[in-house]
Amino acid sequence: MSPEQLLTWIPLVPLIAAFGVVAARANPNLREGISIGAGVILFLLVAGLAATIDWDAPPTLVMATPVAGLSLVLTPEPLGMLFALVASLLWPITTVYALGYMRAHHEDNQTRFYTAFAVSIAATMCIALAGNMLTLFVFYEVLSVSTYPLVTHAGTEKAKRAGRVYLGLLMGTSIGFLLLAMVWTWSLTGTLDFTPGGVFSDEVSGGVLGILLLLYVFGTGKAALMPFHRWLPAAMVAPTPVSALLHAVAVVKAGVFTVLKVSVYIFGLERIEQLLVAEWLVALAALTIVLASTIALRQDNFKARLAYSTVSQLSYITMGALLGVATGAIGGGLHIAMHAFGKITLFFCAGAVLVTAHKSKISELNGIGRRMPWTMGAFAIGAISMIGAPPFAGFVSKWYLLSGALQTDQVIAVAALIISTLLNAAYFMPIVYAAFFLPEDDGQAHASHGEAPLPIVLALSTTALFTILIFFFPDVPLSLVQQMVGG
Amino acid sequence: MSLWDHLPVLVVIVPLLAGPLCVLVERPLAAWGVALVAAWLSFAAAIVLAMQVADTGTISYELGGWAPPWGIEYRIDTLGSYVLLIVTAIPALVLVAAKESVVSEVPEPLIARFYGAFMLAFAGLAGIVATGDAFNVFVFLEISSLSSYALISMGKDRRALTSAFEYLVMGTIGATFILIGIGFLYMMTGTLNMQDLAARLPAVSDTRTVRAGFAFLTVGIGLKLAMFPLHLWLPNAYAYAPSAVTAFLAATATKVAVYALLRFLFGVFGFEFALLEMPFDDILMILGLAGILTASLVAVFQEDIKRMLAYSSVAQIGYMVLGISLASTTGVIATTLHLFNHALMKGALFLALGAVMYRIGGVSLRDFAGLGRRMPWTMAAIVIGGLSLIGVPPTAGFITKWYLVLGTVEQGLWPVAVLVLIGSLLALLYVWKLVEAAYFEPVPKGAATVREAPWSMLLPIWLLVGANIYFGIHTEVTVGLATQAANELMGLQP
Repeated sequence: MSPEQLLTWIPLVPLIAAFGVVAARANPNLREGISIGAGVILFLLVAGLAATIDWDAPPTLVMATPVAGLSLVLTPEPLGMLFALVASLLWPITTVYALGYMRAHHEDNQTRFYTAFAVSIAATMCIALAGNMLTLFVFYEVLSVSTYPLVTHAGTEKAKRAGRVYLGLLMGTSIGFLLLAMVWTWSLTGTLDFTPGGVFSDEVSGGVLGILLLLYVFGTGKAALMPFHRWLPAAMVAPTPVSALLHAVAVVKAGVFTVLKVSVYIFGLERIEQLLVAEWLVALAALTIVLASTIALRQDNFKARLAYSTVSQLSYITMGALLGVATGAIGGGLHIAMHAFGKITLFFCAGAVLVTAHKSKISELNGIGRRMPWTMGAFAIGAISMIGAPPFAGFVSKWYLLSGALQTDQVIAVAALIISTLLNAAYFMPIVYAAFFLPEDDGQAHASHGEAPLPIVLALSTTALFTILIFFFPDVPLSLVQQMVGG
Repeated sequence: MSLWDHLPVLVVIVPLLAGPLCVLVERPLAAWGVALVAAWLSFAAAIVLAMQVADTGTISYELGGWAPPWGIEYRIDTLGSYVLLIVTAIPALVLVAAKESVVSEVPEPLIARFYGAFMLAFAGLAGIVATGDAFNVFVFLEISSLSSYALISMGKDRRALTSAFEYLVMGTIGATFILIGIGFLYMMTGTLNMQDLAARLPAVSDTRTVRAGFAFLTVGIGLKLAMFPLHLWLPNAYAYAPSAVTAFLAATATKVAVYALLRFLFGVFGFEFALLEMPFDDILMILGLAGILTASLVAVFQEDIKRMLAYSSVAQIGYMVLGISLASTTGVIATTLHLFNHALMKGALFLALGAVMYRIGGVSLRDFAGLGRRMPWTMAAIVIGGLSLIGVPPTAGFITKWYLVLGTVEQGLWPVAVLVLIGSLLALLYVWKLVEAAYFEPVPKGAATVREAPWSMLLPIWLLVGANIYFGIHTEVTVGLATQAANELMGLQP
């Protein structure tokens, strides 16, 4: 297939899968088969596109022109390609996991679940491959709406309230700030295309650019920069596969991806470096990193601790983007991939513990590693990768982020990275220690369990393996991210 | 002259004649059939007209062969053909759904008269758009208003009577003001033809009479438009009217009033006089914003969903008024676009409410409990219509918001842009109240089993929902026509 055809099919495959899921609702095995099959095909398509693409003349796909002179258009670009690769690789793995999880947990409305999941993936692909800011925004909103039924899947009062926070914050910021920033940019420059070096001419004053940057960064609620982070812990009410793929990979990465794209292609890194506002935002990101880690430390709920850890890790990427140097942006771009593999593994483990041992609190995990060695082993790998120690994926991106921060002499950024590494260790390592080295508590309700169901173990081992493999073979993500900054 | 040349008048005459015919045939089903055929014929005529205008430019039609300014001129330009499309398409679709809902909401002996009044209102609205004569505007306005009073009073709830009466009082004051305004203009210029008025007014525009005429006209139209704070008649009238009437009026009547406002401000007075010389742009902006914010806020606290959407309509009218107040091409594009897009969303939403009313028998918030499971297609339509109301891409509502915010940003009116977006977020609040009730509340105990609405209702609802999405993605037609219309309106002035 030609790159153009590949580009056409990439958003279509998950959409068709969504219809297939609805059509096959009477036969659960076929239904999940469609999801997994579509996931594999999607990954092959994305990989094929990444392998054959000519970065000097990337293919484009114009879907429509809703505003005069402004199209909905897909144009692959290196960072987006990386995001699409990660998301499409993890979709089939998550579906395998979901198959084990949703059935073991006896969840209702599974057809709705898999349909909304496929639509969310289609939206994620369009975000990743968006050729201009309008396209990105349109599918950003589609993603918010299509994940709402997933977040509120349980249909309980708690889910309803979480849904309010979720949609309220995500849509409130995007309509209130991001849309305004976009229209303002459009009226200033007449373009919303992602342009290497940025779109603003020198006549646009620093003050205006500063306000615009604030609007863009706060408008991207999905990046979970404080004080707009509360939707992410709220979204943990969703079934674990959703938290794993969407709220550790697709949705949150769509947010930081937007921040990266805006800094590299709308403002240009050189402009960012000159803006005072960017330094404030770096400080705010640093604050988010440390504060969210501190909050994570105090969470006893397993998924809540992971969620606050995600809030903290997302700000790594926001910080990397706003440092205004190539190394920082490279670190941020890499962290999109690195954090994805590590965090999805951690969520898979949390879900595995929930469905197998019916435990959702960290204080209950003493000795569980002996009953679930695969699960907790994978957890240990994911956790060390989060901390950023070799030989795991997290080390690579943290290295770049730290060098970027050192280059710009922003002491606060350097300090935040170091402190948070310690905090990461402080909130992850006790779990690993307790799971393997502490004796089991007596008199438990579900004492007779063993390892998690096979699809779950399979999925979490695969993602854990990836965190190791990427450390040794970082070429694909690294070359793509360097292409973004260099090209 | 072939039949094609008579289209400008046929659009109006067909429903006008169908009105009495509906009453004459008397049997409910036959009356419905007559109305339906007439409405679709009129819609077809409007489509052909729009194509003709696009091909050959403005069409001028001399009624009865009398040349203007002695005879009455029907004048269809881009804006006119565009609004005619909405005014004819909506009743054509509403009538498809009306068959079932009218039987359940209107007493049988009244049904033939209901369709008669419906078609008269339709003819009146189409007439306002088609005519190029100021007095004729008043005549058609009265035709449509009088028949709407009758239509609203046929609602099941007895409060429909008082709300129809309220509307009658307010509407009559508005019509009288318009008549006085037109009279003043006639006094100064000696003509009623809009083209002539536009040519002669500049010479006498510096007189108190013309200014008083301007004031009467705008306040009168403002009443018909339900522009804040002249909107008090609207929520009750929409809430208690039969569902089909609400869908019809909400999607067309206020749109036609906006059209009349555009026509008089830009086509007759010229925007330099109307908006810049008179401080009317500031007035419109303040009233528009006040309408957006207060009506949206009030909508959030409504329990009756029909009334909630009625307040939302007042807010949406605020957006259109705001677009005009910008006195720029982008602003007028936003207004004309919203005219069309808002008709699509409110048409879909009120028709869907009609379906809920038909199956459940009420449309207060508690009637929606668990409706997501009981009427999935209807509720899905309401969700998509609601998203369009909020302005979420890729729906038609987003396109309007884009142009409106762009218009304000172009003029550096930051606070206004922010207020517009706050209005959107308020819409999110009231739409989501409904979504939560429908999908999270359990079905009330002891509630009768309810089936999905009949396809005759679902079809027009989903056509409109589809249009909401289609025109959010493919905007060549809507934005193209709106841009052309805005250019014509702004270009009329030297």
